[in-house]
Amino acid sequence: MALHTLEFELETTSGTASIPAPTHVGVTGSSDLEVILEPAPAGKVAVRIVTPVTGFDELWKRVVKKFTDETALAGARIEINDNNATPAVVLLRLKQALTQATAA
Amino acid sequence: MTHHDTRKNWRTRAADTAARKEAAAPLFAKGKEVLAKDTVALLEAVIRAGDVINIEGNNQKQADFLADCLNQVDKSKIHDLHMVQSAVPLKSHLDLFENGIAKKLDFAFGGPQAARVAEFIENGKIQLGAIHTYLELFGRYFLDLTPRVSLVCAYKADRKGNLYTGFNTEDTPVIVEATKFKDGIVIAQVNEIVDELPRVDIPGDWVDAVIESPRPFFIEPLFTRDPANITDNQILLAMMCLKGIYGEYGVTSMNHGIGFLTSAIELILPTYGAELGLKGKVCTHMIINPHPTMIPAIEEGWVEAIHCFGGELGMEDYVASRPDVFFIGPDGTLRSNRAFAQTAGHYAADMFIGGTLQIDKYGNSSTATAGRVAGFGGAPNMGCDPKGRRHPSGAWLKCGAELPSLDTLTGSVPRGKRLVVQGVETFGEGRKPVFVDELDAWKLAKNANLDIPPVMIYGDDLTHIVTEEGIAYLTRCKDMETRMAAIRAVAGFTEIGLSAKPEETKALREAGIVKTPSDLGIDPARATRDLLAAKNMRDLVTWSGGLYNPPARFRNW
Repeated sequence: MALHTLEFELETTSGTASIPAPTHVGVTGSSDLEVILEPAPAGKVAVRIVTPVTGFDELWKRVVKKFTDETALAGARIEINDNNATPAVVLLRLKQALTQATAA
Repeated sequence: MTHHDTRKNWRTRAADTAARKEAAAPLFAKGKEVLAKDTVALLEAVIRAGDVINIEGNNQKQADFLADCLNQVDKSKIHDLHMVQSAVPLKSHLDLFENGIAKKLDFAFGGPQAARVAEFIENGKIQLGAIHTYLELFGRYFLDLTPRVSLVCAYKADRKGNLYTGFNTEDTPVIVEATKFKDGIVIAQVNEIVDELPRVDIPGDWVDAVIESPRPFFIEPLFTRDPANITDNQILLAMMCLKGIYGEYGVTSMNHGIGFLTSAIELILPTYGAELGLKGKVCTHMIINPHPTMIPAIEEGWVEAIHCFGGELGMEDYVASRPDVFFIGPDGTLRSNRAFAQTAGHYAADMFIGGTLQIDKYGNSSTATAGRVAGFGGAPNMGCDPKGRRHPSGAWLKCGAELPSLDTLTGSVPRGKRLVVQGVETFGEGRKPVFVDELDAWKLAKNANLDIPPVMIYGDDLTHIVTEEGIAYLTRCKDMETRMAAIRAVAGFTEIGLSAKPEETKALREAGIVKTPSDLGIDPARATRDLLAAKNMRDLVTWSGGLYNPPARFRNW
């Protein structure tokens, strides 16, 4: 399985939420993914995605942007190890990771 | 007044049948028994070129030995057969067309042969009559598609021709009745010929020949879903369905389509459903096959009655041990019946919920793709608003009362509406968008020269769409513009979804036409497999007290 790495940053100007401590959810099983959320200074969210899927870079950006907008995330490092998850699953795991990080 | 009878003979069919049976007479061993080795000769004796023929087979049991034998007849004598049958899932069903024995096909469900059906239509090997719903096809058996010869299948027979179809009665009664009472010929393959049957499902004088097949008939455990494969996202959708639809409308009677979403719903009834206080208020009467994933809810006392289209491998003992819930014969085993279950699912039940591969921007949906003529089986009968319905119920009236356009056609007269729900993730397998501008069914219609695109559920019948983004209450939309906006609002990151306007979506949410998980008070973080009452096959066996006996391929412990 050839893997494709995608890295990008999202500027965050109005966000207020932050990550208190590193957290991890999910497993890189078929149609699933693991998400690692780490604290980072406010102003940007840095994203690194490792996935077997190519040709969906724009879609990944849209999904992560929706997550940061909806959760008003101010700063974080997001690492994703994907195994063919659908956008719905990606968004769900991101939200679960944030809930877990802020509950800790 | 003189009566001029211009017709010479009113019994031509009976005479023709008698002649065919006369030709077959030397082949009978004892009573109505014909030996397996004489089956091809029997078929050659009773079938004529151009006959309308039915081979019994649905998505479950299959008269597979008789289908194989029909492929071996002398095609210089027997050709141009018109096959009328529920499903064509076996290779042998399509081989009949490849071998030049059959020419025309009227059916309801293609299943695994869907790609070959499309190919054969395109290259002229199949003349397609129509893709029907089951009830529509069964109806035509009594109208203009009455079989001349039917090849059916049963567990057991005696030598008088009585059949025991038992747990998997399925389509046999409707096929045999249509065939026999129009002077047709009925041949049954059975797993075993015995002296005494557990019960008689088909009377012997409706059956012309019985054959003990060299092997038991093929049967597919199509409705078994391993809970281990249910995802968190499906659980999120299931939570929304329970709270935003089942609970909201108080839906007591329904059919659950095949798929992991409905399995997830079944498995969170005893957990999340109980938490919502829905026990006794929803899912009390169901038209479904014996889904193994219903076991926990049945055991917890949610369900009063279940009627089945067919059986499900491994569920025999469990079902037989719960006669208060299932329809059980005097012998103590289930009797399924597809025609009656479809009738109940069409007219009597308040809701259909299932999935699909594509939904267009107007809300029409289909599982047809350009290269596959799959047909839809039972979904369209149940996934539509039965206009003939007259009996009221809470859910039906509430759904009807929400229709803003009702008064434009019926004035001040109240009328209910069946809930028809499609639950989908916005992207399917291989990241294929489920929401599309135009259904692939249009391409299929063009390729296969169909008069109309094969739509599974029409937009005007669809009342709700559930995705990970939320629920679109289409029944509450006053016009097509609003309906399309509501669909866009739940279409996620698909091109259709990306064309949603935020201010429009906001207005729809305020009007209660679109509800997101948070509008419904559902925390997506709770959508985990911890909510499943059974997490794997072994848990289901445990819930059943050891009565459920999963087929080998599902025994993964």
